[in-house]
Amino acid sequence: MENKNAPLLEMRNIKKGFFGNQVLTDINFTLNEGEVLGLVGENGAGKSTLMKILFGMDVIRETGGYEGDILINGEKVEFATPFDALKAGIGMVHQEFSLIPGFTATENILLNREPKKKNVISEVFGDRMDTLDYKEMDERAKRAIEKMGVEIDAKMVISSMPVGHKQFTEIARELSKENLKLLILDEPTAVLTEKEAEALLDSIRGMAARGIAVIFITHRLHEILTVCDKVVIMRDGYVVKDTPAKETDVTDITKWMVGRSVSANVSQDIKINPDARTIMSIRKLWVDMPGEIVRNVNLDIKEGEILGIGGLAGQGKLGIPNGIMGLYEAGGTVEFDGKPIALNSPRKCLDASLAFVSEDRRGVGLLLDESLEWNVAFPAMQIHNKFLKKCLFFTWRDEKAIHDVTQKYIDELQIKCTSSLQKARELSGGNQQKVCLAKAFALEPRFLFVSEPTRGIDVGAKALVLEALKKFNRESGITVVMISSELEELRMTCDRIAIVSGGRIAGILPADHSSEEFGMLMVSQVK
Amino acid sequence: MGKQITTSLGNKTRFRQLVDSFGLPRIIITGFLLLLFISAPIVGADFATQLTNTINRFSWNAVLVLAMVPMIHSGCGLNFGLPLGIVSGLLGATLSIELGFTGAMSFVMAIVISTPFALLFGGGYGWLLNKIKGGEMMIATYVGFSAVSFMCMMWLLLPYHSPTMVWGFAGTGLRTVISLEGFYDQLLANFLKIDLSSIGINLVIPTGSLLVFALLALAMWAFLHTKTGTAMTAVGSNPAFAKAAGINVDKMRLISVIMSTWLGAVGILIYEQGFGFIQLYMGPFWMALPAVSAILIGGASVNKASIPNVIIGTFLFQGIVTMTPTVMNSAFHMDMSEVIRVIVSQGMILYALTRKTEGGR
Amino acid sequence: MNNLLNKKVSVLDLIRNNSVPLMFILICAIFIPLSGFSGSYLLNEIMTRLGRNAFLILSLLIPIMAGMGLNFGMTLGAMAGEIGLILVADWQIWGIPGLILAAIISIPISILLGLMCGKLLNRAKGREMITSYIISFFVNGLYQLVVLYMMGPIIPIAHNTLKLPRGYGIRNTVSLLPMRQSIDNALAIYVGGVKIPVLTLIIIALACLFIIWFRKTKLGQDMRAVGQDMEVARDAGINVERTRIISMVISTVFAGFGMIIYLQNLGNFPTYSAHTNVGMFCIAALLVGGASVEKASIGNVFLGVILFHTMFIVAPSAGTKIAGDSMIGEYFRVFVSYAVITVALVMYEAKKRKSQSLMGQMLAQAQKDEEGKAE
Repeated sequence: MENKNAPLLEMRNIKKGFFGNQVLTDINFTLNEGEVLGLVGENGAGKSTLMKILFGMDVIRETGGYEGDILINGEKVEFATPFDALKAGIGMVHQEFSLIPGFTATENILLNREPKKKNVISEVFGDRMDTLDYKEMDERAKRAIEKMGVEIDAKMVISSMPVGHKQFTEIARELSKENLKLLILDEPTAVLTEKEAEALLDSIRGMAARGIAVIFITHRLHEILTVCDKVVIMRDGYVVKDTPAKETDVTDITKWMVGRSVSANVSQDIKINPDARTIMSIRKLWVDMPGEIVRNVNLDIKEGEILGIGGLAGQGKLGIPNGIMGLYEAGGTVEFDGKPIALNSPRKCLDASLAFVSEDRRGVGLLLDESLEWNVAFPAMQIHNKFLKKCLFFTWRDEKAIHDVTQKYIDELQIKCTSSLQKARELSGGNQQKVCLAKAFALEPRFLFVSEPTRGIDVGAKALVLEALKKFNRESGITVVMISSELEELRMTCDRIAIVSGGRIAGILPADHSSEEFGMLMVSQVK
Repeated sequence: MGKQITTSLGNKTRFRQLVDSFGLPRIIITGFLLLLFISAPIVGADFATQLTNTINRFSWNAVLVLAMVPMIHSGCGLNFGLPLGIVSGLLGATLSIELGFTGAMSFVMAIVISTPFALLFGGGYGWLLNKIKGGEMMIATYVGFSAVSFMCMMWLLLPYHSPTMVWGFAGTGLRTVISLEGFYDQLLANFLKIDLSSIGINLVIPTGSLLVFALLALAMWAFLHTKTGTAMTAVGSNPAFAKAAGINVDKMRLISVIMSTWLGAVGILIYEQGFGFIQLYMGPFWMALPAVSAILIGGASVNKASIPNVIIGTFLFQGIVTMTPTVMNSAFHMDMSEVIRVIVSQGMILYALTRKTEGGR
Repeated sequence: MNNLLNKKVSVLDLIRNNSVPLMFILICAIFIPLSGFSGSYLLNEIMTRLGRNAFLILSLLIPIMAGMGLNFGMTLGAMAGEIGLILVADWQIWGIPGLILAAIISIPISILLGLMCGKLLNRAKGREMITSYIISFFVNGLYQLVVLYMMGPIIPIAHNTLKLPRGYGIRNTVSLLPMRQSIDNALAIYVGGVKIPVLTLIIIALACLFIIWFRKTKLGQDMRAVGQDMEVARDAGINVERTRIISMVISTVFAGFGMIIYLQNLGNFPTYSAHTNVGMFCIAALLVGGASVEKASIGNVFLGVILFHTMFIVAPSAGTKIAGDSMIGEYFRVFVSYAVITVALVMYEAKKRKSQSLMGQMLAQAQKDEEGKAE
């Protein structure tokens, strides 16, 4: 049945929705043997979802599967699990390492595919009692490493390897699979040094020369141009461009990545007051937040503005508020209202009337197993001694005051719940986010950090949350810093937008500048 | 017809909800105890005597079970290190007698003297538990064991002289069991004691002991409604949230551990006054497990506990402990109470530890 | 200069990494002269205890390899071994055939208990140790139920010498006198007054060989993978739950054999308490030998047996010398056993949380370097 002329991989009209949100629409592209395809797009453009579909990940099936067809060598396939995809010759190197730290490179390359020798005991107790054939293991690992064309020490234990070599071990593992036809690399160069990245690009070319097709996902656009045969650019769940790499350049790709056909919804009432005093000044800030490292950030925030902080995922935008508010280890100096703020101490920040709505709603933002009342009132009670009453020498919780304030915010923010005593866990994502906002508002802060306020919530709730933030700023003049992955959202809400790239501030522009300009900043220093 | 089906369905889900919220083992244990109470008169055991025994043992143990509450609230898990608090209490008890106090004064002084020990030991213990967040329970167990076995040496070596306490022939080293007659034996129990035996019912209620427990339980309830208590609960519920809200998580945990340890010290003194003896050496060794299983039987989980959990749990646990020997003996002439107690209490802890819904900790 | 510094650091590291065995060598060095025991007496005692305990301790190695920590549930295997011994004692099959039969009887019981333990531990990932510890108490209850009430009416017991006077249940002590030390004596040789139980040592050596071989099997490799990172192992297609259960089953079966070897050396056992402290003493010995919660080798087993039991032998009489009371020594050794386990557990948990602040320092340094360059 195998069709000689059919492309190795063909995607036909792939569609996917998560809980009513259409995240992929009519994806079509083809990939031939030995071809390298660069897949680019902003975070949330749908790249990862697309690759998850191709690789048969459980999440896809659990959320209702997908529409459309995937064809391999002209034959329709449907992978129930990643193992089916592996059998069909598809390999994937994920962003997070999937390696056993105490094993050598060889052991990791052949993990659960070790060559074995039979013995007496295994005849009785089954093949798990086979002994490992170490010679053959070394041999196969060596071959895989050779195929990759990068030197790594097969005998070295993973935990003592530099990050780059870990990445190469992962790639070698995929290459050691004899039937590998298609390799997906998800941002493989993100953790590599420049030299290692070049070596990887060479090895990608080498693989292609051996007839392996590669899908290469990266934010480093120049890498795409050097190594890929063609580029597929995604935006908002659509393929917006499918072009040979030779016929394009970084500027064009950036435009396609961020460009919107309709840019009518930019904030209408941008207020930029050059005379406003600087309320917070950040100097030489570093933050050790895993996956969101911040290096040497200098930033001035003006009183009364809404400042947006944008950038691609993993570039460090989330590290800035988390570091200042003391949730991750940080260094440098931060001055608020002329006074220095102690880092690494959430209490000091809150005492100085800063407030923070975390991006990790369920992990940091909420007491999931407690009532809404507790969630809303807790920080204000602890920091400002609100909602307490004295009685019989003790300071008690003032349950009535707590109830009243919670009810006030439930009405104001239209939080959908059965009562103010409902457990936070039982609310929907959007309503949980509103509770987080209520919690911050109840602190009556002078300065508010809001991190990813619309992550994972539906469109209606999004608009409400953004509106509430804007209202909070405009009516009471409180400075708001909003961090978001969605540039359009920032442009709708903010006055100025700072773009973080490679852990640093790449630039600050008024929100009415074009998407393309922001896009260029986003990819400017990607590491 | 259709309506009937939905109601029966409704009943089914309601039953499931009950099982889910209350837990199957708890229902079985409650049922078992009810069965014991019902069958007691049938097999010839006097109901009132049984109830008296149960209430009596409840009054001995309730404070030790209450000592579980603060650490569960702050997310330190079940306090398997309770023997540390008990050891503080024993130090207070023996020193109070050594210093020559008798009667009610000896009890008061025992509490006073044990307090600094409890603060000190609890402080060190809390500091240690803050270093090893997530692995508290196993280490707590062994901290308790180490403390008890260390004190075994100390009971021999410390220069105690009171003739009521040291070995008669050697003149040094404390006895394994010290009688409290003349000190605080039944001190609380006799306070406002209700004795109905004069009217033919074998019911005796140790009002004083129950009142002291009620007082401590009330104080605990009140504490949990204060600002600090609220912060402690939040730390246990979600430490990341508490940290982001400016709470010093380690300090809250430390306070909870000290409270638990102090309650353990007071708990053992109350236990002694009911029991009538001080048990030294390996005596406190296994005292954590009954307290842990009692609070779990009462409906607590590894990270949630309340005062009603303490009361219900202690009553159910002590009820089973006191009822099974008599009822079983009368019914089958077979004393399986020890085995049943072990299986019930350990099974309950096991159930709590292996519940999938309990989250990461 | 730099080299010298490095060497100093590595010596320090060596001391730090082996602090527990070193501390024990120190304790033994102080206690041995104080105890006044002769060298041959000590050697004899140590040899006896090596033969008695080594197999039991070896049973702890496999769960550590599978990342399940110290198997406090090894008591389960010990109980299975005891049930086997009670039955062969009743059938009066003595000597080595009796011991082999007891071992065979213990296997299905151990497998069953190991399966149960493994399944429960899979529901309590991350807190295996406390759970296996509680399981050992729970199963102790079941053991009492079986031995104290079911032996007699349900499981036939023929000889009244074994039964309690009331007609069912086993007496508090089971005598194994006719098979006492039958393995130890089988090929024993005497070297300078020291009895060497050659057959026992051969059996222990075989167990060691099995463990070495097992590490090289597919299953052993899978266990190591599961032990280090369950998620990665699962992604690679290894059946994590099953692998963990198998490791518990093997450990339990081993512990059953170990208990039989242990009890044949003693010649009788207290029916209801023989197993209660076995787990604790074996774990303490292993830790004294330099093992940790996540890493243990055969070397740790032997070093641990020798050091721990030397301390155990000499502590009471050394205690008498120091404090004039032999009970001090007895309590001291109990305290040390618990303290060693406590310290090992604390070190293990604290290490898990260490390396965190390192990254921050690196970042601060990198930034300084950068500024330096800019100037």
